[in-house]
Amino acid sequence: MSFFGFGQSADIDIVLNDAETRKKAEHKSEDGRKDKYFLFFDGETVSGKLNVTLKYPGKRLEHNGIKIEFIGQIELYYDRGNHHEFVSLVKDLARPGELTQSQTYDFEFTHVEKPYESYTGQNVKLRYFLRATVSRRLSDISKELDIVVHTLSTYPELNSSIKMEVGIEDCLHIEFEYNKSKYHLKDVIVGKIYFLLVRIKIKHMEIDIIKRETTGTGPNVYHENDTVAKYEIMDGAPVRGESIPIRLFLAGYEITPTMRDINKKFSVRYYLNLVLIDEEERRYFKQQEITLWRKGDIVRKSMSHQAISAAQRFEGSSNPEKSQSKNAEDDS
Amino acid sequence: MSEPAVADTRRLNSKPQDLTDAYGPPSNFLEIDVYDPQIVGVGRNRYTTYEVRMKTNLPIFKLKDSCVRRRYSDFEWLKNELERDSKIVVPPLPGKALKRQLPFRGDEGLFEESFLEERRAGLEQFINRIAGHPLAQNERCLHMFLQEESIDRNYIPGKVRH
Repeated sequence: MSFFGFGQSADIDIVLNDAETRKKAEHKSEDGRKDKYFLFFDGETVSGKLNVTLKYPGKRLEHNGIKIEFIGQIELYYDRGNHHEFVSLVKDLARPGELTQSQTYDFEFTHVEKPYESYTGQNVKLRYFLRATVSRRLSDISKELDIVVHTLSTYPELNSSIKMEVGIEDCLHIEFEYNKSKYHLKDVIVGKIYFLLVRIKIKHMEIDIIKRETTGTGPNVYHENDTVAKYEIMDGAPVRGESIPIRLFLAGYEITPTMRDINKKFSVRYYLNLVLIDEEERRYFKQQEITLWRKGDIVRKSMSHQAISAAQRFEGSSNPEKSQSKNAEDDS
Repeated sequence: MSEPAVADTRRLNSKPQDLTDAYGPPSNFLEIDVYDPQIVGVGRNRYTTYEVRMKTNLPIFKLKDSCVRRRYSDFEWLKNELERDSKIVVPPLPGKALKRQLPFRGDEGLFEESFLEERRAGLEQFINRIAGHPLAQNERCLHMFLQEESIDRNYIPGKVRH
């Protein structure tokens, strides 16, 4: 931008090579809006073209270099100035010089590591994006293209049920059971509550899913709890010997996979909270942590080759030998 | 593909419920009535007592059926004891009505019927809320209030064991 007369400027535009075939995923932004972004998995190549379009054809554009970066970063809201980049790749597209006409540059970031899932939370954001920059003496021209990354897992080998007896002495004893301790995002929580002793006047019982986002370390640890779901499982007063079933479908709720100590910056954990409420609105509760994980989609013919290999790496097979031999077939 | 196409939603095995459990009386019966206001004393030193009758089948209470007379300041004493000794948030009592104790009122003051009814209802709600709280049930002061003839203000505070 020049203040004197008509300085030359340019619009830059990043276009991915597989924009037609690549799937998009919905992701909620900081202000609550839901937008769609291109979906990538760990190890996939990110390639495309950078279009530099001159604003005033005929005039030259002087620049100090054109580059494109692939960045994965964690941003803590209370510390906005400091971005923690855990992935930072750069490709120089043009050395300092001048452009006499609009130009297109190819770029490819091969088999990029994307170790964590994209996450936008209450106090922290983890995002991946491409950033193209045309460096200039006074002010750079830059453009960002956000992408979304999902991390996939397989069915865990060990997935014990949660079974416990809890209570208040001589007032209330219950035995509760959840069929698993690790659930995928479209799973169902199947369980039951068995009443061994009921000496309080219960009005109803519900199960809440609580998301706890932890940011900061040491003395500055901050937990933010958010009740993601509330589901009433019983209305009315139970008696001793009664068994109340639980069937909670997770697909309808806004949940993410469990994230533990991501890059030593933040964690996102989920808890099931069983709450009993008596006639005087007193609440009796028991919280249990559960692990949530993301299951890869079933392979479909319409998927891109890259997405197919990513999904096949994480399909339901818990046999390590079997999936390794499958990979070898794909790569050949 | 070895993954199941449908999530596992089979029922878990439950112990079959005993018929006596299913149709027996509930083991959480607790009802306290506050009623029958009576004016005691003469002249300036009059005050009102209420009958506090409790019916219960909770084992923590020694008597399943008890009946005592209590006045407003007894309820205040109970509230103070619980606020000091137990960890619970004690619900509020109906108001002290200091204005009604001043002379030269057009009505019966502290002994006005509508006021007594309002106070009675407030005290009944208060004592029912407290007595149902598992932590309050552990306090000796609550048992003394509900089940002993008179309140010994020099008692030794403590927890009930049984």
